Amino acid sequence: MKLIFERSVPGRRCSILPPCDVPETDLGEFGRTRELHLPEVSENDISRHYTELAKETHGVNDGQYPLGSCTMKYNPKINEYTAFLPGFASVHPLQPERTVQGCLEVLHTAEKLFGEITGMDAMTFEPAAGAHGEFTGLLLIKAYHDHRGDTKRTKIIVPDSAHGTNPASAVMAGFTVVNIPSTEDGFVDLDALRAAVGEDTAGLMLTNPNTVGLFDKNILTITKIVHEAGGLNYYDGANLNAVMGVARPGDMGFDVVHLNLHKTFSTPHGGGGPGSGPVGCKAFLKEYLPGVSVLQTPSGYSFGPYADSIGSVKAFYGNFLVVVKALTYVLMLGHEGIREASRNAVLNANYIRTSLTGAYDMAYDETCMHEFVMSLEQEKNESLVSAMDVAKSLLDYGIHPPTMYFPLIVHEALMVEPTETESKETLDELIHAFLEIHEKAKNDPAYVQAAPHTTAVKRMDEVQAARNPRLRYVFA
Amino acid sequence: MRLLMRLLQKRRNSNLQRRIVRMRQQKYPKPHTANQQEVSYVGSFISNTGSQQKEMLEKAGYANFDALFEGIPREVFLKDGVQIPSGLSELETCERMEEMAGKNTVFRHVFRGAGSYRHYIPAIVKSVTAKEDFLTAYTPYQAEISQGNLQSIFEFQTMICELTGLDVANASVYDGATAAAESIFMCKERRRTKAYVSAAVQPQVLAVMKTYCYGRDTELIVIPEKDGVTDLAALASMMDETSAACFYLQQPNYYGLLEDAEAAGRLVHEKGAKFIMGCNPIALAIMKTPAECGADVAVGEGQPLGLSMGFGGPYLGFMAASKEMMRKLPGRIVGETTDSEGKRGFVLTLQAREQHIRREKASSNICSNQALCALTASVYLSAMGPAGLADVAKLCTSKAHYLQNELKKAGLPPAHDRLFFHEFVTKCPVPAGTLTARLEEKGYLGGLPLSDNRILWCVTEMNTKTEMDALVQLVKEVASV
Repeated sequence: MKLIFERSVPGRRCSILPPCDVPETDLGEFGRTRELHLPEVSENDISRHYTELAKETHGVNDGQYPLGSCTMKYNPKINEYTAFLPGFASVHPLQPERTVQGCLEVLHTAEKLFGEITGMDAMTFEPAAGAHGEFTGLLLIKAYHDHRGDTKRTKIIVPDSAHGTNPASAVMAGFTVVNIPSTEDGFVDLDALRAAVGEDTAGLMLTNPNTVGLFDKNILTITKIVHEAGGLNYYDGANLNAVMGVARPGDMGFDVVHLNLHKTFSTPHGGGGPGSGPVGCKAFLKEYLPGVSVLQTPSGYSFGPYADSIGSVKAFYGNFLVVVKALTYVLMLGHEGIREASRNAVLNANYIRTSLTGAYDMAYDETCMHEFVMSLEQEKNESLVSAMDVAKSLLDYGIHPPTMYFPLIVHEALMVEPTETESKETLDELIHAFLEIHEKAKNDPAYVQAAPHTTAVKRMDEVQAARNPRLRYVFA
Repeated sequence: MRLLMRLLQKRRNSNLQRRIVRMRQQKYPKPHTANQQEVSYVGSFISNTGSQQKEMLEKAGYANFDALFEGIPREVFLKDGVQIPSGLSELETCERMEEMAGKNTVFRHVFRGAGSYRHYIPAIVKSVTAKEDFLTAYTPYQAEISQGNLQSIFEFQTMICELTGLDVANASVYDGATAAAESIFMCKERRRTKAYVSAAVQPQVLAVMKTYCYGRDTELIVIPEKDGVTDLAALASMMDETSAACFYLQQPNYYGLLEDAEAAGRLVHEKGAKFIMGCNPIALAIMKTPAECGADVAVGEGQPLGLSMGFGGPYLGFMAASKEMMRKLPGRIVGETTDSEGKRGFVLTLQAREQHIRREKASSNICSNQALCALTASVYLSAMGPAGLADVAKLCTSKAHYLQNELKKAGLPPAHDRLFFHEFVTKCPVPAGTLTARLEEKGYLGGLPLSDNRILWCVTEMNTKTEMDALVQLVKEVASV
């Protein structure tokens, strides 16, 4: 495919702006002297260029996307419609309160609904993504200990099955990370946890269901151990899609939680963002929240300050239009739909899991939640076909591969999350593809190792890309 | 005709009200009966019918849905779900959201910026970014089926390098404020740990920097302003030669004024620290590039490049740096390579910096970025081209200078006597809030009151001379009272 710069013709342009209707001002010595290379193209060129790029981009609309931990559910189109209503999209963030009552109502309503879904008392919508939410939530924990003068609590406990963002966020929030091992059956090792907690424990970060797709049956014991040591419990909401309307982090002993609105609440991923990672907390942490609170008064909604706010993690009020999309989705699903979604997400995952058991090794051979992990270790040893090879083979079926090599505690891991919006027919296609690949791996491993065979480009030389970085187009 | 419309509107409103009352009165729904539980089908965008669900449950070996959740301790298992209202149909949801949107005022005449700018968004921008493939894809981990997404990021990185004059750019971060905060940590070294920032930066940017510095226990020192620009003499005396990591300057600054960035850059480098510039991407079309001013890192808010004001987000943080600092950049970076058959292609690269590989040793925790917003900016920049973008910038600055002059005649003298881009501060003889409230009544979102007697105005290519003259007329009426 040509780059947009390779379509450029000097002097070609679109007709967009009127001529200047006032005397012109020149920036003089501040003026740019360096030539500016941007595409010189017509609107037709642009349209065709991006249509070509779109064809080489696999979205949920192109086919199923069982990418574990990412919750690639269908993105309802109504979300796009409501977020782009001029009443939301064309509002300046610094307009007077009385002219943005609708925006405040969105934030207030979303806080109430997501608070109830998670069992939290207050929520901020400032964080722009899950990792950003983790950072924010950990700062709440830091501020809590700081305000109590409990300054020796510098450690955050993270299980070895956690998402990479957890330890990275803890460091950004000024903590040191204590990694604890998981048990053989994939749960938090209670003895290791008991040994790890102490007077320096600031808190624990946990995903539940965890990254192998299992709900930790000891959850109440885990959170109690941390509380009794004086630490707080942080819930990574990446896997909330398994338990919406079924169980709430707030009832499990968690004090802080972040949500991924772009995963669980169907606002699209946009090829990597924008997301939204609101953070909810129990009442005793509320006054540390970033930004401003939204209050409902008899005369309307208004902004109010948090007494001991950690400050601000993003300009203005977060990715507001993404919140509009998520609110739209939750209003539509409501009481019944929220639970219905989780139940079917779990059903779909177990349907695939049980259909593949026998052919593939399940890392944990029990009922999973919204996702499960298989291990390709045996195939790797026997026929040198790796998790990567199986994943790449799925591309030839028009299916986006599962998450590869995560979690780190499972060797040759493939993590499969079908989501609730896939039908039995598409799940059957996935099962069929997996089984066929498994047969091929035995009979013709070289074919599987060379996959994909039908995509526009083949496997990329990533080593070359990293060794000799070419990160921009160079103009002649 | 008009009467008919009004009647229809009235009827619709009363319908809405009735529905809202009904929703409020409605008790939370009863839990499903045991039988419904097996086959309920309420349409949560779930494709499977009740009988399909039942068939799948049976095939997987489960008696019912509850059997799937037996691993959840009974103490936390919700028998009746969560207490939120029943779901609505698409039509009802639409009306509910439209009703909320309708409670906001969309101003026809906007003279406010201060970090969020109203620019013209060419039609092609929304048409491209609405394409479902771009909208619904994940981060491009699987390069073979993500070349379109990856190439668009590579193109974006190139455009940011061109605007800033710097060597490398990342795939974007959350917004300009987080880009500014992240840039500090690119510059921190073992001995050089103190960050310096000009007081003349956007307040939200400073607030986010402070919070990020609280996280990493980093000292952040604010250099005062003098006559609306950074006091460089104060910078020279306050910056410590041995412990200074970096200095952050916003150009044009919060008051719209053009800072002497080159002098600041020289001074910062003499102290052995890194120079970071926060830039307006539209202004970069006609202004000296950060590279020419000696910046090691340039960041900024990309919202002016085709993104709606959207009550503050989603926006777009861009980050560019010199080659030497390439591996310090946070976030995703796309690089060019070849596939196994030698064909040109693109991949996520330099991943050894990132959280999923390095965990607690990563340069940042960032995972999601603002890919769709970066795409928006790329399409915008393609539609404008080098000449078009320069035209936008020139229109902004010319019109802003025109309005400043007209407001001066109307009794609002400029607060500073310096060249500016498209924002400027005036004094205000009457209480600033009174003036802007009067303007709002007439459909004008005036400048942002900075205090009781100072207002920060913004003018873009959207504001016509006729509109500005009308604004000035209104100002005259209020200011002369």
